[in-house]
Amino acid sequence: MSINQVDLPRWTMIPAVAGLAFVILPLVAMVLRVDWGDFGSLVTSESSLAALSLSLRTASMSTAICVLIGVPMALFLARSSSRLVDVVRPFILLPLVLPPVVGGIALLYTFGRRGLLGQHLEVLGIQIAFSTAAVVIAQTFVALPFLVVSLEGALRGTDPGYSRVAATLGANPSRVLTKVTLPLVWPGLVAGTVLSFARALGEFGATITFAGSLQGVTRTLPPEIYLQRETDPQAAIALSLLLVMVAVVVIAVVRRPGRNPW
Amino acid sequence: MVSLQVHVVDSARGVDLEFDVESGETVALVGPNGTGKSTVLAAIAGLLKLEQVRVQVGDRELVGPKTWVAPHERSVALLTQASLLFPHLDVRANVAFGPTCTGANNPGAIADSWLAELGLTELAARRPFELSGGQAQRVALARALAAAPDVVLLDEPMAALDAPSVPQLRKVIGRVLANRTALIVTHDPLDALVLADRTIVIDDGRIIDSGPSRDVLSHPRSPFAAALAGVNLIDGVATGPKTVRDNDQHELLGESAEELVIGAPAMATFSPTAVALHRQKPEGSPRNVRRGTVRGIEQRGGTCRVDVDGVLADVTSAAAAELQIEPGAQIWLSLKATEVSVYSR
Repeated sequence: MSINQVDLPRWTMIPAVAGLAFVILPLVAMVLRVDWGDFGSLVTSESSLAALSLSLRTASMSTAICVLIGVPMALFLARSSSRLVDVVRPFILLPLVLPPVVGGIALLYTFGRRGLLGQHLEVLGIQIAFSTAAVVIAQTFVALPFLVVSLEGALRGTDPGYSRVAATLGANPSRVLTKVTLPLVWPGLVAGTVLSFARALGEFGATITFAGSLQGVTRTLPPEIYLQRETDPQAAIALSLLLVMVAVVVIAVVRRPGRNPW
Repeated sequence: MVSLQVHVVDSARGVDLEFDVESGETVALVGPNGTGKSTVLAAIAGLLKLEQVRVQVGDRELVGPKTWVAPHERSVALLTQASLLFPHLDVRANVAFGPTCTGANNPGAIADSWLAELGLTELAARRPFELSGGQAQRVALARALAAAPDVVLLDEPMAALDAPSVPQLRKVIGRVLANRTALIVTHDPLDALVLADRTIVIDDGRIIDSGPSRDVLSHPRSPFAAALAGVNLIDGVATGPKTVRDNDQHELLGESAEELVIGAPAMATFSPTAVALHRQKPEGSPRNVRRGTVRGIEQRGGTCRVDVDGVLADVTSAAAAELQIEPGAQIWLSLKATEVSVYSR
């Protein structure tokens, strides 16, 4: 038995399949070009390992910061009745539509040596631009909206009755948040976290503008791939495939099929 | 046990309500939709801030001109028509939620004893999505009571259930609310009759009637109360598993969730619209039939409410004319057993 879908005309198959090919074909093309014989040595070269390790460390850290500040932001956006929220929301979403390189410029004039905050930090002997910290800041800047948007959507989708009944049962606001509200939006929180991580891992424009490309310090995988492409295309392909595999693993972890979200 | 004193003003919605619930008393709030009943419950529970509210539980002022006690510190539990069981917790953890929050010793044991009390022990390990509506609402009730609240608020707790599960839940609620300070919002006159000592009728944000449930519902003083209730109430003793005999020795056969205890006090209720009037003794057997004298007639729009020895019957004006109903006339009443609800008292 199957349900007859009444709003799925046959002609939609053509653009749908074309779209699928459009997504899959480039991956196939890349995989076909991989030099499997040297794959191991290419991805374990010193510069590759440095970039991979830096990418994983910085993306994890920026994802953690995203969760730390993004969860409260999403809570305010979803729950506050203040008009201020409507004014602020577009600014929170801005990095989502902003070209990353523009974000990098903006960060440079905030945290750079002569930036708005940077000049004061400079006095304290703290230099952020072109350091690993700058990589984390750039990644956090571009990845934060992904977490906020998915979590806010999840929060708006839950019945506020659950948190209310929890309060009448004696739970203080912190307990309501940690024991009821967040567990209820857990799938949304996980999805948002993974999206942020993926966005941070792939970050290129803002990073190269604000943090530069210094091996082992600020050169994450995407700049490494971009640079290798000039000198050693085979290494670039191998590293690209590595990023694809990381992405596949991440998606597989999140979307384990047949699992009750609770 | 403590009393509850409430005064809620919401001028934007034209609500101004002031009433008390005695210690250990259950009061029903009835009235049309949108007249502020749920507003009152939300204000008492602390889920709504209104311009002018005074709520006092025993000696403790919860809301006043300079007082605002947070919901979690009020000890006021709320049961709504959606059971709102936490979907990420099993039944036992749901019931243990309140005692855990209030720092009680051994919340699990408290949960177990309430599950046992409400006959839910077998469901302890289930997840909320594995429960029927009636089961979920019983678990929600156990969860509310396990928090050891001073006051229990019930907002149409049976409105979302399918009809067969209502009588059983009503019975359980009646049992656990005995000697508890409770306030129940309902649309069902039977809830008020069976569960509440006192009924308050609200219309347009004002209290228009208040008193013992039986009096308010059997002698409605407002069109709404009449439409809501205006039910016929027969007091008597059970003479069969589904039969009640009143003081005039008339027997009424009805429907019941469970068999009545023969010889025990019992009550029958039925709507005036369920009563048919006849000049001659009606034929056909599975009916309650009796003869009486017309004591009064009240015209309301296209229908007449006829009082036959205290039993109210609604008939169309045309039918009333055809039957030549007038005070003092002798007339036959008939009533299907399926239209009569009988209860142990």
